[in-house]
Amino acid sequence: MIDLWFVIIAFLWSGYFVLEGFDFGVGLLAPFVSRGGAEQRQTLRTIGPVWDGNEVWLITAVGAMFAAFPAWYSGLFSTFYLPVVLILVGLIVRGVGLEWRGKVSDPFWCDLGILIGSALPAFLWGAVFADLLLDSALAAVVGGTFTLALCALHGAVFLALRTDGRVRHRARVAALAMSAAALPLAVIALSSLGSGLGAGGRQGAGLVLELGSLPALAAMGTLAAAVALVWRRREGWAFTATAAATVLTSVAVFARLRVAPLPGLTLAEAASGPYTLTMLTWIGLITLPFVLVYQGWTYWVFRKRVSLVH
Amino acid sequence: MDALDLARWQFGVTTVYHFLFVPLTIGLGVFVAGLQTAWHLTGEEHYLRLTKFFGKLFLINFAMGVVTGIVQEFQFGMNWSEYSTFVGDVFGAPLAMEALLAFFMESTFLGLWIFGWDRLPKRVHLACIWAAAIGSNLSAYFILAANAWMKHPVGYEVVDGRARMTDLWAVLTNSTALAQVPHVIGASFVVAGGFVLAVSGYWLLRTRADMWRGVARAALVMTAVAGAVVVGSGDMSAKLAHEQQPMKLAVAEGLERDTAGAPFTIAPGIEIPKVVSFLSTGDFDATVQGAEDVQRRFEELFGPGDYRPDQGVVFWSYRVMLGLGMVTVGLSVLGLWLTRRRRPMPGWLARLFVLALPLPLAAVIAGWLLSEVGRQPWTVAGELLTAASVSPGVSLAEVAVSLTIFTLLYGALAVAEAVLLTRHVRGGLEAPEPVPAAEKLEPSLMY
Ligand code: HDD
Ligand code: HEM
Ligand code: HEM
Repeated sequence: MIDLWFVIIAFLWSGYFVLEGFDFGVGLLAPFVSRGGAEQRQTLRTIGPVWDGNEVWLITAVGAMFAAFPAWYSGLFSTFYLPVVLILVGLIVRGVGLEWRGKVSDPFWCDLGILIGSALPAFLWGAVFADLLLDSALAAVVGGTFTLALCALHGAVFLALRTDGRVRHRARVAALAMSAAALPLAVIALSSLGSGLGAGGRQGAGLVLELGSLPALAAMGTLAAAVALVWRRREGWAFTATAAATVLTSVAVFARLRVAPLPGLTLAEAASGPYTLTMLTWIGLITLPFVLVYQGWTYWVFRKRVSLVH
Repeated sequence: MDALDLARWQFGVTTVYHFLFVPLTIGLGVFVAGLQTAWHLTGEEHYLRLTKFFGKLFLINFAMGVVTGIVQEFQFGMNWSEYSTFVGDVFGAPLAMEALLAFFMESTFLGLWIFGWDRLPKRVHLACIWAAAIGSNLSAYFILAANAWMKHPVGYEVVDGRARMTDLWAVLTNSTALAQVPHVIGASFVVAGGFVLAVSGYWLLRTRADMWRGVARAALVMTAVAGAVVVGSGDMSAKLAHEQQPMKLAVAEGLERDTAGAPFTIAPGIEIPKVVSFLSTGDFDATVQGAEDVQRRFEELFGPGDYRPDQGVVFWSYRVMLGLGMVTVGLSVLGLWLTRRRRPMPGWLARLFVLALPLPLAAVIAGWLLSEVGRQPWTVAGELLTAASVSPGVSLAEVAVSLTIFTLLYGALAVAEAVLLTRHVRGGLEAPEPVPAAEKLEPSLMY
C-alpha cells in the first residue's frame, strides 16, 4: 500500500512536470518566438485553455503527499522554505499574467509576469529535487539549469507542434538552440543522479542506484532522439520524446527518493495509516480515470494548430 | 515576536486574502451559468451579453482565487509542519479529494468554457460552465469539512502522537461541517449577490434600462434566499458551538460565568435578556457556559494554561458578521418588496445597492475571524495547541521574508484587481455582436 501510494505520487509529479513543463517552456519562449501582439497572442493561446488544468496536477500531487505521507510533505516544504516561497511567487505572477493579459490595455506587466513566473519554477523545481538528492549547492544549480533548459526545449517542441506560420518556424529554431544547452546538462545532471556521484551524495542507495541509473540513461537517450526528430520536422514524435525524457527524469529522481524521501526519514515512517491509504486508493481509483478522460478531451477539442488572428 | 507569531500572521493574512476572492468565485460562477442558461432557453441576445460581461468579471476574480489558493496548500507544510505531520492522515484526505474531485473539474471545464465558445456545441459549452461552477462549490465542501474537523475532531484516534483516521464517513459528515458548509456557501452567495447588486445599481443610475432592473431583481432574489440559508445554518452553528466549542461561544457572547437565561450583549452595556440562551439551545432559561468557568474546566482536563482566545477580536467580529451580514440581507428583502409587481426601482435604492459590495465582504471576513481566532489556542480542538503546530526548523528570518514578500505582492495585486474590475464594470456590456460564427477563431473572453 505504501509502495502503491509512492508510485501514485511519483505519477502525479511526473504528470505535472510533463504538462506544466511545456506551459513553462511556452511562457519562457513567448517573447523570443513571437514578434508583435498578434503573434504573442497566438503563442500563448496554445496553452490558454489547459494551463490551469495542468497546474492542478501539482495541487493534486501535493495534496496526495499531504494525505499519504504527511511527514514527507511537511518536511519537504519546511526544509526548502525559501525556494518554495519563490516558486509560489512565480506561480502567482504567471497565473495572474495569463488570465489578465487579455483584459488590460497594455500587457507589458502581464508578459513580464508570465516570463518570470515560468522561469522561476522551471529552475527551482529542478534545484530543489537535485539538492534534496545530492545535497550540494552545485548540484542544485546544475539540476535547476537542466530543468529550465528541458522545459524550454519541451515547450519549443510543443509550440512547433501546435502553431503554424512564423511562430512555428521560430519555435523549431528555438528547439534546436535549446537542445545545445539541454543535452550536455542532461548528461551532467542525470549521470550524477544515476551514479550518486554528486558532492556529498548520500550513501546507502544500494539496489536503487541501478534502478535509478536505467531511467536516467533512457532519459538521455530519448532527449537525443527528440533533437534528431525536431531536425527532421517530426514534431509529433519529437514532442512524445521530450515528454518521455521528462517522465524518465522524474522516474530517475523518484527511484532514488524511494529509499529516503528526506534525509533520515523512511517512507514507512512518513506514511499515513493503512485505513487512510485504503480510502485514498478507492477515491483515486474512482476519480482519476474521469480526470484523465476529460483532460484528454480538452486536448482533443483544442487539437487544431493555432493560427495568427489579427 | 517569534517565528510562531509571524507564522500566525502569515496564515491569517494569506487566508483572509484568499477568502476575499473565494466567495465571488463560488456565487458568481453559478450566476453566470444561470445567465447563460437563460440565453440558451430564451435565445434573447441581452442574456448572452450579460453572460460575457459577468463572465469577464468572474474570470478576473477567479485568477486571484486560484493563485492565492496554491499558497494556502503549501503553507501547511511550510509553516505548520508539526501540525501537518500530526493531522495529515485525517486532514489530508479531504484535501486530496478536493483536488481530485473539485479542482480538476473546475479548472479544466473553465478552460473549455473560455476558449470553447465557437468550438463546442452550444449545449456542451453550457454544460462546461455548470461543471466549473459545481466544482467550486464542491471544493468548498471538502475544505470546510477539513476545517470543521479542526474545531470538532471526529473519526480518528491518536497513535504514537499522530492522529489516525478511523472513519472517513464520520469526517465528511461531521455535524460541524454540515452546519458550516451551508453557512459559508450561503454567505458566499450573499457576497456574490451583493456584487451583482452593486454593479447593477451603478448601471441603473446611468441608464434606466429595463435589463439592469431585471439583473438587480435576480440578484435580490439570490441574496435574500442565500441570506435565509445563512441565518438558518448560523443558528445551527451556534447550537453546535454551545456543545462543541463552549469557549468560543462564551467569549463571543462576552459571558464570564455560567449563566442561566443569558442575555445577548449588543455592545457592552446594552443587553437583550435571555436571547443567547434561546439562540444557543432553543430554551430561554437554559444555562450557557461562561469563559471563567470553561477556563477552570479546561485546566482540570488539559492541565494549566490559558485557554481563552482573544476577547476583543472574537467579541467584535461576531457582531460585525451578524450586523453587516444582516443589513445586506435586510437590504435585499427591502429591495424585493419595493420593486414587487413591476414597481419602478427608486433612485436612492439603486444608490444603496453599491453598499452591498463591501458590507457582506466585511461580514464574511469577520465570520472567519470569529471562527478561527475563536478556536485559539488550539489548532485541533483539545488535541494540538497552535504553539505546538509550527515548523521547528523554520527560522524567524525565513518567515519574515516570506510574510513580507506575500504581503507586498498581495497588496499590489489587490490594487491591480480593483482597478481592473472597476474598469470593466465601467466599460459595461460590449456592443451587440452577432452570435459567434463557427469559423471565428478568436475566443471571446481572453487574449
Ligand atoms: C469555502 C471555500 C474555500 C475555503 C475555506 C478555501 N478555499 Fe481554496 N478555493 C476555493 C474555495 C475555498 C474555490 C472557490 O474553489 C477557489 C477560489 C477560486 C478558485 O479558482 O477556486 C479556491 C482555489 C484554491 C486553489 C487553486 C485551485 C485551482 O487551481 O483551481 C487551492 C490550491 C486552494 N484553493 C487551496 C485552499 C486551501 C489549502 C485552503 C485552506 C486554508 C483553502 N483553499 C480555503
Ligand atoms: C478561507 C477561509 C479562512 C480564513 C479567512 C481563515 C482565517 C484564519 C485566521 C485569521 C487565522 C489566525 C488566527 C490567529 O492566529 O489568531 C487562522 C489560523 C489558522 N487557520 Fe484558518 N481561516 C480560513 C480557513 C481555514 C481552513 C479551511 C483551514 C484548514 C483547512 C484553516 C486552518 C488554520 C490553521 C492551521 C491556522 C493556524 C494558525 C493559527 O491558529 O494561528 N483555516 N485562520
Ligand atoms: C453574510 C455573512 C454572514 C452572516 C449574515 C452570518 C450570520 C450568522 C448568524 C445569523 C449566526 C447565528 C447566530 C446565533 O444564532 O447565535 C451565525 C453564526 C456563526 N457564523 Fe456566521 N454569518 C456570516 C458569515 C460567516 C462566515 C463566512 C463564517 C466563517 C466560518 C461564519 C461563522 C459563523 C460561526 C462560527 C457561527 C457560530 C456562532 C458562535 O460560535 O457563537 N459566519 N452567523
